[in-house]
Amino acid sequence: MAETAGVVRGLEAPLPRSLSHFLGHRLFNFLLTTRGLGAFALITLGVILKKWRVARRVVWPMMCREVARAGLRLLPMFLYLSVALGLVIIGQSVSWLTRVGAIEYLGAIMVLVVVRELGPLMAALLVLARVGTATVIELGTARAMGEVEALEALGIDPVHYLVAPRVIGMAVGVFSLTVYLILGALVSGYLWAFVQDVPLLPGDYFQQLAGALSWPDFVLLGLKTTAFGFIIAVVTCYHGLAQPLRLEEVSAATVRAVAQSVIVCALVDAGFIVVYLTV
Amino acid sequence: MAEPPFNPADAVILMKGVTAGALRQPARPVAVDVNWEVRAGDYWVIGGLQGAGKTDLLMMAAGLMPPLRGTYQFLGERMPIFEEGRLAHRLRLGLVFDTGQLFNHLTVAENIALPLRYHQNLSAGEAAAQVRELLEWCGLESRADTTPGTLGRNWAKRAGLARALVLKPEVLLLDAPISGLDLRQTHWWLDFLGQLHRGHPFLGGRPMTLVATASDLRPWKGRARQFAVLRDDRFVVLGDWAQLEAASRDLARELWAAEAGGD
Repeated sequence: MAETAGVVRGLEAPLPRSLSHFLGHRLFNFLLTTRGLGAFALITLGVILKKWRVARRVVWPMMCREVARAGLRLLPMFLYLSVALGLVIIGQSVSWLTRVGAIEYLGAIMVLVVVRELGPLMAALLVLARVGTATVIELGTARAMGEVEALEALGIDPVHYLVAPRVIGMAVGVFSLTVYLILGALVSGYLWAFVQDVPLLPGDYFQQLAGALSWPDFVLLGLKTTAFGFIIAVVTCYHGLAQPLRLEEVSAATVRAVAQSVIVCALVDAGFIVVYLTV
Repeated sequence: MAEPPFNPADAVILMKGVTAGALRQPARPVAVDVNWEVRAGDYWVIGGLQGAGKTDLLMMAAGLMPPLRGTYQFLGERMPIFEEGRLAHRLRLGLVFDTGQLFNHLTVAENIALPLRYHQNLSAGEAAAQVRELLEWCGLESRADTTPGTLGRNWAKRAGLARALVLKPEVLLLDAPISGLDLRQTHWWLDFLGQLHRGHPFLGGRPMTLVATASDLRPWKGRARQFAVLRDDRFVVLGDWAQLEAASRDLARELWAAEAGGD
Protein backbone atom coordinates (compact mmCIF):
# COMPACT_ATOMS: atom_id res chain seq x y z
CA MET A 1 0.00 0.00 0.00
CA ALA A 2 2.74 2.37 0.98
CA GLU A 3 4.61 1.39 -2.17
CA THR A 4 1.58 2.20 -4.34
CA ALA A 5 1.16 5.55 -2.67
CA GLY A 6 4.81 6.30 -3.34
CA VAL A 7 4.44 5.47 -7.03
CA VAL A 8 1.34 7.66 -7.31
CA ARG A 9 3.13 10.53 -5.59
CA GLY A 10 6.01 10.03 -8.00
CA LEU A 11 3.71 10.22 -11.03
CA GLU A 12 2.01 13.37 -9.77
CA ALA A 13 5.27 15.11 -8.98
CA PRO A 14 6.75 17.51 -11.53
CA LEU A 15 9.49 16.28 -13.83
CA PRO A 16 12.76 15.56 -12.05
CA ARG A 17 14.71 18.73 -11.64
CA SER A 18 17.63 17.41 -13.67
CA LEU A 19 15.38 16.54 -16.63
CA SER A 20 13.61 19.88 -16.60
CA HIS A 21 16.99 21.58 -16.37
CA PHE A 22 18.24 19.48 -19.24
CA LEU A 23 15.25 20.32 -21.45
CA GLY A 24 15.34 23.99 -20.48
CA HIS A 25 19.06 24.09 -21.17
CA ARG A 26 18.60 22.51 -24.60
CA LEU A 27 15.76 24.85 -25.48
CA PHE A 28 17.73 27.87 -24.34
CA ASN A 29 20.75 26.73 -26.37
CA PHE A 30 18.54 26.15 -29.40
CA LEU A 31 17.12 29.68 -29.15
CA LEU A 32 20.57 31.19 -28.66
CA THR A 33 21.99 29.29 -31.62
CA THR A 34 19.04 30.27 -33.80
CA ARG A 35 19.47 33.89 -32.87
CA GLY A 36 23.23 33.72 -33.40
CA LEU A 37 22.91 32.02 -36.77
CA GLY A 38 20.26 34.47 -37.92
CA ALA A 39 22.32 37.47 -36.87
CA PHE A 40 25.46 36.03 -38.46
CA ALA A 41 23.62 35.34 -41.72
CA LEU A 42 22.30 38.91 -41.84
CA ILE A 43 25.71 40.37 -41.01
CA THR A 44 27.30 38.23 -43.72
CA LEU A 45 24.74 39.30 -46.31
CA GLY A 46 25.20 42.93 -45.31
CA VAL A 47 28.99 42.68 -45.58
CA ILE A 48 28.81 40.96 -48.98
CA LEU A 49 26.52 43.66 -50.37
CA LYS A 50 28.21 46.62 -48.71
CA LYS A 51 31.80 45.62 -49.36
CA TRP A 52 31.39 44.03 -52.75
CA ARG A 53 33.99 46.32 -54.27
CA VAL A 54 36.24 46.75 -51.22
CA ALA A 55 39.72 45.21 -51.54
CA ARG A 56 38.58 43.31 -54.62
CA ARG A 57 42.15 42.50 -55.64
CA VAL A 58 42.46 40.51 -52.43
CA VAL A 59 38.95 39.17 -51.94
CA TRP A 60 37.88 38.33 -55.50
CA PRO A 61 40.79 35.92 -56.13
CA MET A 62 39.84 34.26 -52.84
CA MET A 63 36.26 33.92 -54.08
CA CYS A 64 37.54 32.27 -57.26
CA ARG A 65 39.62 29.87 -55.17
CA GLU A 66 36.59 29.01 -53.04
CA VAL A 67 34.43 28.44 -56.12
CA ALA A 68 37.12 26.09 -57.44
CA ARG A 69 37.35 24.38 -54.08
CA ALA A 70 33.60 23.94 -53.51
CA GLY A 71 32.82 23.30 -57.16
CA LEU A 72 35.39 22.48 -59.77
CA ARG A 73 37.55 20.19 -57.64
CA LEU A 74 34.55 18.12 -56.62
CA LEU A 75 33.39 17.63 -60.20
CA PRO A 76 34.95 14.18 -60.80
CA MET A 77 33.32 12.80 -57.66
CA PHE A 78 30.00 14.33 -58.67
CA LEU A 79 30.15 12.84 -62.15
CA TYR A 80 30.74 9.44 -60.61
CA LEU A 81 27.81 9.97 -58.25
CA SER A 82 25.56 11.19 -61.04
CA VAL A 83 26.10 7.92 -62.87
CA ALA A 84 25.35 6.01 -59.68
CA LEU A 85 22.23 8.10 -59.02
CA GLY A 86 20.92 7.47 -62.52
CA LEU A 87 21.46 3.75 -61.98
CA VAL A 88 19.74 3.68 -58.61
CA ILE A 89 16.61 5.50 -59.77
CA ILE A 90 16.28 3.84 -63.15
CA GLY A 91 17.23 0.44 -61.77
CA GLN A 92 14.46 0.62 -59.18
CA SER A 93 11.76 2.35 -61.18
CA VAL A 94 12.02 0.76 -64.65
CA SER A 95 10.92 -2.70 -63.64
CA TRP A 96 7.90 -1.35 -61.74
CA LEU A 97 6.90 1.09 -64.46
CA THR A 98 7.18 -1.65 -67.10
CA ARG A 99 5.09 -3.99 -64.97
CA VAL A 100 2.26 -1.45 -64.64
CA GLY A 101 2.66 -0.22 -68.21
CA ALA A 102 3.60 3.29 -67.20
CA ILE A 103 7.02 3.62 -68.80
CA GLU A 104 5.99 6.96 -70.28
CA TYR A 105 6.31 8.40 -66.77
CA LEU A 106 10.03 7.63 -66.56
CA GLY A 107 10.99 11.18 -67.51
CA ALA A 108 8.56 12.67 -65.02
CA ILE A 109 9.94 10.49 -62.24
CA MET A 110 13.48 11.52 -63.08
CA VAL A 111 12.49 15.18 -62.93
CA LEU A 112 10.59 14.77 -59.67
CA VAL A 113 13.27 12.76 -57.93
CA VAL A 114 16.50 14.07 -59.40
CA VAL A 115 15.80 17.69 -60.36
CA ARG A 116 13.52 18.65 -57.51
CA GLU A 117 14.78 16.60 -54.59
CA LEU A 118 17.75 14.27 -54.66
CA GLY A 119 20.04 16.34 -56.88
CA PRO A 120 20.10 19.52 -54.79
CA LEU A 121 20.07 17.69 -51.45
CA MET A 122 22.82 15.28 -52.44
CA ALA A 123 24.99 18.08 -53.80
CA ALA A 124 24.50 20.09 -50.61
CA LEU A 125 25.36 17.16 -48.35
CA LEU A 126 28.47 16.32 -50.32
CA VAL A 127 29.69 19.91 -50.31
CA LEU A 128 29.01 19.98 -46.57
CA ALA A 129 31.03 16.81 -46.08
CA ARG A 130 33.94 17.79 -48.30
CA VAL A 131 34.17 21.57 -47.85
CA GLY A 132 31.93 22.53 -44.94
CA THR A 133 33.76 20.40 -42.40
CA ALA A 134 37.12 21.70 -43.62
CA THR A 135 35.78 25.24 -43.25
CA VAL A 136 34.88 24.76 -39.58
CA ILE A 137 38.28 23.23 -38.88
CA GLU A 138 40.17 25.97 -40.72
CA LEU A 139 38.25 28.84 -39.19
CA GLY A 140 38.06 27.22 -35.76
CA THR A 141 41.82 26.73 -35.74
CA ALA A 142 42.38 30.28 -36.99
CA ARG A 143 40.10 31.53 -34.22
CA ALA A 144 41.85 29.46 -31.57
CA MET A 145 45.27 30.61 -32.78
CA GLY A 146 44.29 34.29 -32.51
CA GLU A 147 44.26 34.97 -36.25
CA VAL A 148 40.88 36.68 -36.01
CA GLU A 149 42.24 39.15 -33.48
CA ALA A 150 45.21 39.70 -35.80
CA LEU A 151 42.83 40.55 -38.66
CA GLU A 152 40.91 42.94 -36.45
CA ALA A 153 44.14 44.56 -35.28
CA LEU A 154 45.03 45.16 -38.94
CA GLY A 155 41.63 46.72 -39.61
CA ILE A 156 40.55 43.81 -41.80
CA ASP A 157 36.94 42.72 -41.37
CA PRO A 158 37.08 38.95 -40.66
CA VAL A 159 33.61 38.44 -42.13
CA HIS A 160 34.65 40.15 -45.34
CA TYR A 161 37.99 38.39 -45.60
CA LEU A 162 37.18 34.92 -44.28
CA VAL A 163 33.42 34.41 -44.60
CA ALA A 164 32.29 36.26 -47.73
CA PRO A 165 34.53 34.29 -50.17
CA ARG A 166 33.40 31.01 -48.62
CA VAL A 167 29.72 31.94 -48.82
CA ILE A 168 30.01 32.93 -52.48
CA GLY A 169 32.15 29.85 -53.19
CA MET A 170 29.76 27.39 -51.60
CA ALA A 171 26.61 29.01 -53.04
CA VAL A 172 28.06 28.92 -56.56
CA GLY A 173 29.59 25.50 -55.90
CA VAL A 174 26.38 23.81 -54.76
CA PHE A 175 24.41 25.36 -57.63
CA SER A 176 26.93 24.34 -60.31
CA LEU A 177 27.48 20.86 -58.93
CA THR A 178 23.74 20.27 -58.70
CA VAL A 179 23.35 21.18 -62.36
CA TYR A 180 26.16 18.77 -63.33
CA LEU A 181 24.78 16.09 -61.03
CA ILE A 182 21.30 16.39 -62.55
CA LEU A 183 22.58 16.38 -66.12
CA GLY A 184 24.78 13.38 -65.40
CA ALA A 185 21.98 11.48 -63.66
CA LEU A 186 19.48 12.17 -66.44
CA VAL A 187 21.88 11.03 -69.14
CA SER A 188 23.12 8.01 -67.23
CA GLY A 189 19.50 7.19 -66.35
CA TYR A 190 18.71 6.75 -70.01
CA LEU A 191 21.86 4.66 -70.52
CA TRP A 192 20.86 2.33 -67.69
CA ALA A 193 17.32 2.11 -69.13
CA PHE A 194 18.83 1.25 -72.49
CA VAL A 195 20.93 -1.47 -70.87
CA GLN A 196 17.75 -2.90 -69.34
CA ASP A 197 16.11 -3.07 -72.80
CA VAL A 198 13.45 -0.52 -71.98
CA PRO A 199 11.60 0.25 -75.24
CA LEU A 200 12.22 3.98 -75.06
CA LEU A 201 13.89 6.07 -77.74
CA PRO A 202 16.25 8.86 -76.64
CA GLY A 203 14.00 11.42 -78.27
CA ASP A 204 10.98 10.16 -76.35
CA TYR A 205 12.90 10.08 -73.09
CA PHE A 206 14.14 13.64 -73.41
CA GLN A 207 10.71 14.74 -74.57
CA GLN A 208 9.30 13.25 -71.39
CA LEU A 209 11.88 15.18 -69.39
CA ALA A 210 11.13 18.42 -71.20
CA GLY A 211 7.41 17.86 -70.72
CA ALA A 212 7.82 17.28 -67.00
CA LEU A 213 9.94 20.40 -66.50
CA SER A 214 8.38 23.81 -66.17
CA TRP A 215 9.92 27.24 -65.62
CA PRO A 216 9.35 27.20 -61.83
CA ASP A 217 11.60 24.14 -61.72
CA PHE A 218 14.53 26.17 -63.04
CA VAL A 219 13.85 29.16 -60.81
CA LEU A 220 13.30 27.07 -57.69
CA LEU A 221 16.31 24.90 -58.45
CA GLY A 222 18.49 28.01 -58.61
CA LEU A 223 17.04 29.41 -55.41
CA LYS A 224 17.18 26.14 -53.53
CA THR A 225 20.77 25.26 -54.39
CA THR A 226 21.98 28.79 -53.70
CA ALA A 227 20.13 28.70 -50.39
CA PHE A 228 21.73 25.36 -49.50
CA GLY A 229 25.20 26.67 -50.30
CA PHE A 230 24.55 29.84 -48.31
CA ILE A 231 23.21 27.89 -45.33
CA ILE A 232 26.15 25.47 -45.26
CA ALA A 233 28.65 28.31 -45.52
CA VAL A 234 26.96 30.44 -42.87
CA VAL A 235 26.50 27.59 -40.38
CA THR A 236 30.05 26.26 -40.78
CA CYS A 237 31.61 29.73 -40.68
CA TYR A 238 29.48 30.64 -37.65
CA HIS A 239 30.67 27.64 -35.69
CA GLY A 240 34.28 28.17 -36.72
CA LEU A 241 34.46 31.89 -36.32
CA ALA A 242 31.69 33.61 -34.46
CA GLN A 243 32.55 32.48 -30.97
CA PRO A 244 35.80 32.14 -29.04
CA LEU A 245 37.19 28.63 -29.45
CA ARG A 246 40.00 26.68 -27.93
CA LEU A 247 41.83 24.15 -30.08
CA GLU A 248 40.27 21.21 -28.26
CA GLU A 249 36.78 22.57 -29.01
CA VAL A 250 37.22 22.60 -32.79
CA SER A 251 36.16 18.98 -33.33
CA ALA A 252 32.98 19.44 -31.28
CA ALA A 253 32.22 22.63 -33.21
CA THR A 254 32.64 20.69 -36.48
CA VAL A 255 30.15 18.05 -35.40
CA ARG A 256 27.66 20.72 -34.30
CA ALA A 257 28.05 22.59 -37.57
CA VAL A 258 27.43 19.46 -39.67
CA ALA A 259 24.35 18.48 -37.66
CA GLN A 260 22.87 21.98 -37.78
CA SER A 261 23.61 22.38 -41.50
CA VAL A 262 21.74 19.15 -42.23
CA ILE A 263 18.80 20.19 -40.06
CA VAL A 264 18.50 23.67 -41.59
CA CYS A 265 18.89 22.32 -45.15
CA ALA A 266 16.17 19.72 -44.48
CA LEU A 267 13.84 22.42 -43.12
CA VAL A 268 14.47 24.64 -46.13
CA ASP A 269 13.92 21.65 -48.40
CA ALA A 270 10.57 21.03 -46.72
CA GLY A 271 9.68 24.65 -47.37
CA PHE A 272 10.52 24.24 -51.04
CA ILE A 273 8.32 21.13 -51.26
CA VAL A 274 5.42 23.29 -50.12
CA VAL A 275 6.31 25.84 -52.78
CA TYR A 276 6.52 23.11 -55.46
CA LEU A 277 3.07 21.85 -54.46
CA THR A 278 1.53 25.30 -54.69
CA VAL A 279 2.99 26.48 -58.02
CA MET B 1 65.63 71.93 -19.87
CA ALA B 2 62.26 71.57 -18.21
CA GLU B 3 59.67 69.52 -20.08
CA PRO B 4 56.74 71.59 -21.43
CA PRO B 5 53.49 71.21 -19.47
CA PHE B 6 51.38 68.35 -20.71
CA ASN B 7 48.19 69.15 -22.54
CA PRO B 8 45.79 66.16 -22.54
CA ALA B 9 44.70 67.15 -26.04
CA ASP B 10 48.20 66.23 -27.26
CA ALA B 11 48.01 62.75 -25.80
CA VAL B 12 48.40 59.84 -28.14
CA ILE B 13 46.83 57.48 -25.67
CA LEU B 14 44.66 58.89 -22.91
CA MET B 15 42.96 56.57 -20.44
CA LYS B 16 40.79 57.90 -17.62
CA GLY B 17 39.43 55.53 -15.02
CA VAL B 18 39.67 52.65 -17.47
CA THR B 19 38.97 49.07 -16.47
CA ALA B 20 40.17 46.52 -19.00
CA GLY B 21 38.64 43.05 -19.25
CA ALA B 22 40.32 39.80 -20.25
CA LEU B 23 40.27 39.10 -23.98
CA ARG B 24 38.89 35.57 -23.52
CA GLN B 25 36.55 36.53 -20.68
CA PRO B 26 35.63 40.15 -21.35
CA ALA B 27 33.60 40.51 -18.15
CA ARG B 28 36.60 39.65 -15.93
CA PRO B 29 38.58 42.80 -15.06
CA VAL B 30 42.36 42.53 -15.28
CA ALA B 31 43.35 46.19 -14.93
CA VAL B 32 41.20 48.47 -12.81
CA ASP B 33 41.06 52.27 -12.78
CA VAL B 34 43.88 52.85 -15.25
CA ASN B 35 44.82 56.51 -15.64
CA TRP B 36 47.51 56.74 -18.28
CA GLU B 37 48.77 59.31 -20.72
CA VAL B 38 51.14 58.53 -23.56
CA ARG B 39 52.60 61.39 -25.56
CA ALA B 40 53.89 61.34 -29.10
CA GLY B 41 57.45 60.02 -29.18
CA ASP B 42 57.17 58.22 -25.82
CA TYR B 43 58.74 54.80 -25.34
CA TRP B 44 56.88 52.89 -22.64
CA VAL B 45 57.41 49.48 -21.18
CA ILE B 46 54.69 47.94 -19.02
CA GLY B 47 56.06 45.36 -16.62
CA GLY B 48 54.15 42.64 -14.90
CA LEU B 49 54.41 39.02 -14.00
CA GLN B 50 53.06 36.46 -16.42
CA GLY B 51 49.29 36.32 -16.25
CA ALA B 52 49.04 39.81 -14.76
CA GLY B 53 46.89 41.02 -17.66
CA LYS B 54 49.47 42.98 -19.68
CA THR B 55 48.34 41.38 -22.93
CA ASP B 56 44.68 42.09 -22.20
CA LEU B 57 45.44 45.72 -21.41
CA LEU B 58 47.41 46.00 -24.64
CA MET B 59 44.60 44.37 -26.67
CA MET B 60 42.18 46.88 -25.19
CA ALA B 61 44.61 49.70 -26.00
CA ALA B 62 44.81 48.36 -29.56
CA GLY B 63 41.04 48.67 -29.86
CA LEU B 64 40.22 44.97 -30.02
CA MET B 65 37.70 45.34 -27.21
CA PRO B 66 36.07 48.21 -25.37
CA PRO B 67 37.04 49.11 -21.81
CA LEU B 68 34.63 47.80 -19.19
CA ARG B 69 34.59 51.24 -17.57
CA GLY B 70 36.11 54.64 -18.12
CA THR B 71 37.11 56.46 -21.28
CA TYR B 72 39.94 55.68 -23.63
CA GLN B 73 40.95 58.07 -26.39
CA PHE B 74 43.48 57.43 -29.10
CA LEU B 75 44.73 60.61 -30.78
CA GLY B 76 41.65 62.42 -29.60
CA GLU B 77 39.10 59.85 -30.73
CA ARG B 78 37.23 57.49 -28.50
CA MET B 79 38.26 53.85 -28.77
CA PRO B 80 37.49 51.21 -29.85
CA ILE B 81 36.86 52.16 -33.45
CA PHE B 82 34.83 49.66 -35.45
CA GLU B 83 33.20 52.03 -37.93
CA GLU B 84 34.48 51.88 -41.50
CA GLY B 85 34.46 55.68 -41.72
CA ARG B 86 37.02 56.03 -38.93
CA LEU B 87 39.19 53.11 -39.97
CA ALA B 88 41.99 55.36 -41.26
CA HIS B 89 42.30 56.84 -37.77
CA ARG B 90 42.36 53.38 -36.23
CA LEU B 91 45.16 52.30 -38.58
CA ARG B 92 47.48 54.94 -37.12
CA LEU B 93 48.00 52.37 -34.38
CA GLY B 94 49.80 49.08 -34.97
CA LEU B 95 49.90 45.96 -32.83
CA VAL B 96 52.55 43.24 -32.68
CA PHE B 97 51.40 40.02 -31.05
CA ASP B 98 53.50 37.91 -28.73
CA THR B 99 53.86 35.01 -31.17
CA GLY B 100 53.36 37.03 -34.33
CA GLN B 101 49.85 35.61 -34.87
CA LEU B 102 50.59 35.08 -38.54
CA PHE B 103 47.96 33.76 -40.93
CA ASN B 104 48.86 30.14 -41.46
CA HIS B 105 47.47 29.89 -44.98
CA LEU B 106 49.79 32.65 -46.22
CA THR B 107 53.56 32.81 -46.62
CA VAL B 108 55.61 35.33 -44.67
CA ALA B 109 55.69 37.73 -47.64
CA GLU B 110 51.95 37.34 -48.18
CA ASN B 111 51.33 37.95 -44.48
CA ILE B 112 53.27 41.20 -44.65
CA ALA B 113 51.58 42.25 -47.88
CA LEU B 114 48.03 41.50 -46.76
CA PRO B 115 47.19 44.71 -44.83
CA LEU B 116 48.73 46.84 -47.56
CA ARG B 117 46.93 45.01 -50.34
CA TYR B 118 43.63 44.96 -48.47
CA HIS B 119 43.51 48.63 -47.49
CA GLN B 120 44.98 50.01 -50.70
CA ASN B 121 43.46 47.44 -53.06
CA LEU B 122 46.83 46.50 -54.53
CA SER B 123 47.83 43.46 -56.51
CA ALA B 124 50.64 41.30 -55.15
CA GLY B 125 53.02 42.83 -57.69
CA GLU B 126 52.14 46.38 -56.69
CA ALA B 127 52.83 45.66 -53.03
CA ALA B 128 56.03 43.71 -53.71
CA ALA B 129 58.49 46.61 -53.47
CA GLN B 130 57.38 47.69 -49.99
CA VAL B 131 57.19 44.11 -48.81
CA ARG B 132 60.72 43.42 -50.05
CA GLU B 133 61.99 46.50 -48.24
CA LEU B 134 60.44 45.31 -44.98
CA LEU B 135 61.70 41.77 -45.47
CA GLU B 136 65.23 43.11 -45.83
CA TRP B 137 64.89 45.47 -42.92
CA CYS B 138 63.67 42.69 -40.66
CA GLY B 139 66.16 40.12 -41.97
CA LEU B 140 63.41 37.92 -43.38
CA GLU B 141 64.44 37.76 -47.07
CA SER B 142 65.37 34.08 -46.94
CA ARG B 143 62.06 33.24 -45.24
CA ALA B 144 59.77 35.22 -47.52
CA ASP B 145 58.19 32.14 -49.07
CA THR B 146 58.03 30.12 -45.86
CA THR B 147 54.70 29.34 -44.24
CA PRO B 148 54.31 30.21 -40.55
CA GLY B 149 54.07 26.58 -39.47
CA THR B 150 57.75 26.04 -40.19
CA LEU B 151 58.99 29.31 -38.71
CA GLY B 152 60.77 29.57 -35.39
CA ARG B 153 59.39 31.84 -32.67
CA ASN B 154 61.85 34.61 -33.35
CA TRP B 155 61.13 34.73 -37.07
CA ALA B 156 57.39 34.57 -36.52
CA LYS B 157 57.69 37.54 -34.16
CA ARG B 158 59.73 39.44 -36.71
CA ALA B 159 57.21 38.68 -39.44
CA GLY B 160 54.44 39.93 -37.13
CA LEU B 161 56.47 43.10 -36.58
CA ALA B 162 56.97 43.62 -40.33
CA ARG B 163 53.25 43.07 -40.94
CA ALA B 164 52.36 45.69 -38.32
CA LEU B 165 54.81 48.17 -39.85
CA VAL B 166 53.71 47.84 -43.45
CA LEU B 167 50.89 50.36 -42.92
CA LYS B 168 53.37 52.79 -41.32
CA PRO B 169 51.50 53.41 -38.06
CA GLU B 170 52.39 56.30 -35.76
CA VAL B 171 52.05 54.26 -32.59
CA LEU B 172 53.17 50.69 -32.17
CA LEU B 173 52.03 48.40 -29.35
CA LEU B 174 54.18 45.31 -28.82
CA ASP B 175 53.15 42.38 -26.68
CA ALA B 176 56.17 40.82 -24.98
CA PRO B 177 58.48 41.44 -27.94
CA ILE B 178 61.60 39.99 -26.35
CA SER B 179 60.14 37.23 -24.24
CA GLY B 180 61.51 33.79 -25.02
CA LEU B 181 64.37 35.09 -27.17
CA ASP B 182 68.08 34.49 -26.79
CA LEU B 183 70.48 37.33 -26.06
CA ARG B 184 71.38 37.96 -29.70
CA GLN B 185 67.77 38.18 -30.80
CA THR B 186 66.92 40.33 -27.81
CA HIS B 187 69.58 42.83 -28.85
CA TRP B 188 68.29 42.79 -32.42
CA TRP B 189 64.80 43.66 -31.18
CA LEU B 190 65.97 46.37 -28.80
CA ASP B 191 68.15 47.94 -31.50
CA PHE B 192 65.31 47.73 -34.00
CA LEU B 193 62.84 49.35 -31.62
CA GLY B 194 65.45 52.04 -30.95
CA GLN B 195 65.59 52.75 -34.69
CA LEU B 196 61.81 52.99 -34.80
CA HIS B 197 61.77 55.32 -31.85
CA ARG B 198 64.37 57.59 -33.38
CA GLY B 199 62.70 57.50 -36.78
CA HIS B 200 63.49 55.29 -39.76
CA PRO B 201 63.53 56.22 -43.47
CA PHE B 202 60.86 53.57 -44.15
CA LEU B 203 58.57 55.54 -41.86
CA GLY B 204 59.61 58.86 -43.34
CA GLY B 205 62.06 59.51 -40.50
CA ARG B 206 59.16 60.18 -38.12
CA PRO B 207 59.87 59.01 -34.56
CA MET B 208 57.45 56.28 -33.57
CA THR B 209 55.62 56.11 -30.25
CA LEU B 210 56.22 52.70 -28.69
CA VAL B 211 54.49 50.76 -25.93
CA ALA B 212 55.81 47.29 -25.09
CA THR B 213 55.05 44.80 -22.37
CA ALA B 214 57.62 42.69 -20.54
CA SER B 215 57.93 40.43 -17.57
CA ASP B 216 61.58 41.30 -17.13
CA LEU B 217 62.46 44.99 -17.24
CA ARG B 218 66.24 44.64 -17.04
CA PRO B 219 66.92 44.44 -20.81
CA TRP B 220 65.03 47.71 -21.26
CA LYS B 221 67.41 49.74 -19.13
CA GLY B 222 68.79 52.59 -21.23
CA ARG B 223 66.34 51.77 -24.03
CA ALA B 224 62.82 52.62 -22.93
CA ARG B 225 62.00 56.03 -21.48
CA GLN B 226 58.99 55.35 -19.29
CA PHE B 227 57.99 52.39 -17.16
CA ALA B 228 54.77 51.20 -15.57
CA VAL B 229 53.78 48.00 -13.82
CA LEU B 230 50.61 45.99 -13.65
CA ARG B 231 50.02 44.04 -10.49
CA ASP B 232 46.94 42.84 -8.64
CA ASP B 233 44.78 44.49 -11.32
CA ARG B 234 46.40 47.87 -10.61
CA PHE B 235 48.29 49.89 -13.20
CA VAL B 236 51.05 51.96 -11.63
CA VAL B 237 53.09 54.49 -13.56
CA LEU B 238 56.66 54.47 -12.26
CA GLY B 239 58.42 56.99 -14.51
CA ASP B 240 61.93 56.65 -15.94
CA TRP B 241 64.54 54.06 -15.01
CA ALA B 242 65.87 56.11 -12.11
CA GLN B 243 62.38 56.36 -10.67
CA LEU B 244 61.89 52.66 -11.28
CA GLU B 245 65.03 51.86 -9.32
CA ALA B 246 63.91 54.14 -6.54
CA ALA B 247 60.47 52.58 -6.39
CA SER B 248 59.82 50.77 -3.17
CA ARG B 249 57.15 48.55 -4.63
CA ASP B 250 57.95 44.89 -4.40
CA LEU B 251 56.91 44.12 -7.94
CA ALA B 252 59.07 46.86 -9.42
CA ARG B 253 61.99 45.37 -7.55
CA GLU B 254 61.11 41.91 -8.73
CA LEU B 255 61.03 43.09 -12.32
CA TRP B 256 64.29 45.02 -12.41
CA ALA B 257 66.47 43.68 -9.63
CA ALA B 258 69.46 41.72 -10.90
CA GLU B 259 68.74 38.81 -8.62
CA ALA B 260 65.17 38.43 -9.84
CA GLY B 261 64.31 35.59 -12.22
CA GLY B 262 64.08 36.32 -15.94
CA ASP B 263 61.29 35.71 -18.39
